[in-house]
Amino acid sequence: MAKRLGEQTIKIDNPVSIINTASVVGPKEGQGPLARYFDVVLDDILHGCESWEKAESKIVETALNKVIEKADLSSRDIDIIIAGDLLDQNTGSTFGVMHLNRPFWGIFSACSNIGQAMSIGALTIDSGAAEKIIAGASSHFCSAEKQFRTPLELGNQRAPTSTWTVTGSGCTILSNSQDGPFITHATVGKIVDFGVVDAANMGAAMAPAAADTIAAHFRDTRREPSYYDLIITGDLGYIGRELAFRLMGDKGYQLDDTYTDCGIKIFDKAKQDTHSGGSGCACSAVTFAGYLFNALKEQTLNKILFVPTGALLSPTSSQQGQSIPGIAHAVAIENTR
Amino acid sequence: MEKTKYQELVNELSPNSKIISNTLKAFLIGGLFSIGGQFILNTFKSAGIAQDSAATYTSIVLIFIGVLLTGLGLYQRIGKFAGAGSAVPITGFANAVASPAIEFKKEGHIMGVGARMFILAGPVIVFGTFTSMIVGVFYYFSKGGLL
Repeated sequence: MAKRLGEQTIKIDNPVSIINTASVVGPKEGQGPLARYFDVVLDDILHGCESWEKAESKIVETALNKVIEKADLSSRDIDIIIAGDLLDQNTGSTFGVMHLNRPFWGIFSACSNIGQAMSIGALTIDSGAAEKIIAGASSHFCSAEKQFRTPLELGNQRAPTSTWTVTGSGCTILSNSQDGPFITHATVGKIVDFGVVDAANMGAAMAPAAADTIAAHFRDTRREPSYYDLIITGDLGYIGRELAFRLMGDKGYQLDDTYTDCGIKIFDKAKQDTHSGGSGCACSAVTFAGYLFNALKEQTLNKILFVPTGALLSPTSSQQGQSIPGIAHAVAIENTR
Repeated sequence: MEKTKYQELVNELSPNSKIISNTLKAFLIGGLFSIGGQFILNTFKSAGIAQDSAATYTSIVLIFIGVLLTGLGLYQRIGKFAGAGSAVPITGFANAVASPAIEFKKEGHIMGVGARMFILAGPVIVFGTFTSMIVGVFYYFSKGGLL
């Protein structure tokens, strides 16, 4: 059975393996530096649907079917699907998962959804309650802009601190198999609010939560940053990554170049006009399902600390002048256990 | 790290918008919009239309152009370059009405287009009308003497 370490970390005891992943992304992500790692790159951001919300759900469905196909399984082999997104009432996930007719847990911790889904999935498998679980997350640039910001056709300028919501869905199949990579630890994040109110600077809002969770992970596991080949946060972007880096230094943990962010990896800042980087649930989900899983399989990376980050705001909380709390869930993934 | 110190660090690491180049671009494109408007106005006047009517027709033409460019997906690109230069002219107002109308079309004509069309321009209309009421009241009681 899983064991509690320190205040926030859970050590997974029985093997929980990530047996396969699938990533479906939009056209812009398909022009980015990680393009070759994605399973499906869409030409059409509407994915043949009539609205962006429907498109997001269809992207979820495509990713679920793809991961089941890649793992050579049928949907009946999946015990539980755990997924979340950014749309009101989690409809991005639910309308996509529905057609598979499998047991479903919808979750929400904003853009850190994939970290929460993988943690809950790993614990459920560790407990023996399930053998195969899909953990996934999705977001869509247009549906997110529509819900959180301004209409797409409005002639305005994006702030230099803003990030670009990734269109896509990333899914992982977790199983009790003996082949790595394995999920070995899950550090459950706390909600951290450092008083940032600028919704165009999400990296700054989330960086304190990321640093809090990463520091908690090291404290609880008694590991050092050098233990990992890569520490990668979810969607802090360039500004948030630098802030998290400095906050970690302040806490006594000196990170180095092995610390980066999925929002930095997924877009080419110079060519793609994405300002501070990528964001959204899909940012960490597809970067993991594509690039990171590939690196773990090829053993160019053997130990990673994957820390998806989320900004816990709603359009209403923002309009009522509330600051933006952040959350980050860390998942340690290692080729040996 | 304390919150106040963190906020200072955020300010230090977050780049600001490029005020000088943005202002120049806004001046340039805003000026072009104004020249275009003046050209349309002069054309109507040279066709023998009175000043008042010609000004109204000019506004209508500019609003049409703003909506058309929004529908073609071009106003967003102009706005990205020009900023306030394309947001402030009446074409920008048309863009602020047309863009949510397009965005919320999927929610139907009543609750979508109808209800959401003024989410951006609504405050301008409400406070514009409110301000004109206050000015009207002053004007009435001062018999025009204050203005």
